[in-house]
Amino acid sequence: MVCEIGREKLDAFLDGELTPAEAAAMSVHLRACSACALDALARVQGKRAVAAAGKRYEPGTQLRARVAKNLTTKPRSQTSWFWKIVFVPAILLVIISLAFNLYVSRATARRQTILGELADLHVAALASATPVDVLSADRHTVKPWFQGRIPFTFNLPELQGSEFTLLGGRVTYLAQTPGAHLLYQLRKHEISVFIFQDRGAEAALPSGPLNAASFNMDSWVKNGLRYFVVGDVSAADIQALSTLLRDAS
Amino acid sequence: MEVPDQPLPAATFEDLALPLFDQLYNFARWLTQDTAEAEDLVQETYAKALRGFSSFQVGTNFRAWMYRILRNSFLNSRSGLKTTVVFDEEDHETVGSAGSPNPESLMIEQANREIVQQALADLPVHYREILLLCEVEEMSYEELAQALAIPLGTVMSRLFRARKALRSLLQQRLAGGGHGM
Repeated sequence: MVCEIGREKLDAFLDGELTPAEAAAMSVHLRACSACALDALARVQGKRAVAAAGKRYEPGTQLRARVAKNLTTKPRSQTSWFWKIVFVPAILLVIISLAFNLYVSRATARRQTILGELADLHVAALASATPVDVLSADRHTVKPWFQGRIPFTFNLPELQGSEFTLLGGRVTYLAQTPGAHLLYQLRKHEISVFIFQDRGAEAALPSGPLNAASFNMDSWVKNGLRYFVVGDVSAADIQALSTLLRDAS
Repeated sequence: MEVPDQPLPAATFEDLALPLFDQLYNFARWLTQDTAEAEDLVQETYAKALRGFSSFQVGTNFRAWMYRILRNSFLNSRSGLKTTVVFDEEDHETVGSAGSPNPESLMIEQANREIVQQALADLPVHYREILLLCEVEEMSYEELAQALAIPLGTVMSRLFRARKALRSLLQQRLAGGGHGM
């Protein structure tokens, strides 16, 4: 019989599964405990007997030859590198193109949202009983009216000699940003001009002629301000007003 | 033979698997108790391992992986399916001495290799395999857990019970004394 210490750990000790500290403690114990030492010796003999008895069968040479013949010599590393070379760039390409498509579609969606909002602002103003808050054809009346109402200033063109008439202006908002909404008239048509600070957020917006909800539009950036011209007149008329505004600013 | 845990980057399946050939055959022959079946089992093991080599994870134990394939192939074979898989985990007996007098001493004094071999052959497969892998292949408990697909705690308890069962068989034979010692 063995004592409690030996009972629990003797097999693990003989199998080499104890930690160095536990093994050292067991060695000390075995030197002191003759019962455990005898048991350990018997178990070692048992392990050796099984090890010797277990090495019993040897394969025939024909079997070895058959198995060896069936094995290919293709190195594992080459196989794995082959797949890496083929697949990694392909997967990267897919990821990049997906990301690009996502970016483009989001940028397009954002642009459409802004243009749609501008068209809405234009229509809402025209539908209002008071399309403008400052009613004047004189740019020297309209421009000062915005002082203190919006955080920037701008220049308006002299319209003498042109077909355009200034109707007035109002404060408007686009994406929680205040800006100037000016209303011009060309024959029987009203044209909106929006001016906002260019904060870079609208960088995705293209400059030049645009179209949204059947309205013709134009947009550009000058002196830190983003201009939009929106109306149901022809693109050429929109361009004519744009040119006047560009030259004035 | 020692096989590195982590195959070298350029190591081929052949480099890793062929050195295990003799041991795998010995183990297969012990499991099947039949030469022709053992040969089939070894061939099947190599074929399966070669096919699955791309899924072998570098860093895991190749030897334990090969034994696991062999063992699973055996359990799915005709003779393997006849094997009663005994779930011995309900036995909560404390791991320790398997009784006296020490049959190991008697083993050395009286038993020759044949009687131990006969006792091993008479053991249930799940005891025979863990004893062979532990004592003949000198697998660590961790390797045993991987090769046999059992938790580490089960390795220790099953190993204890296997040794106890072997001692018991040897005691019976030595007490009977009529087995051609």
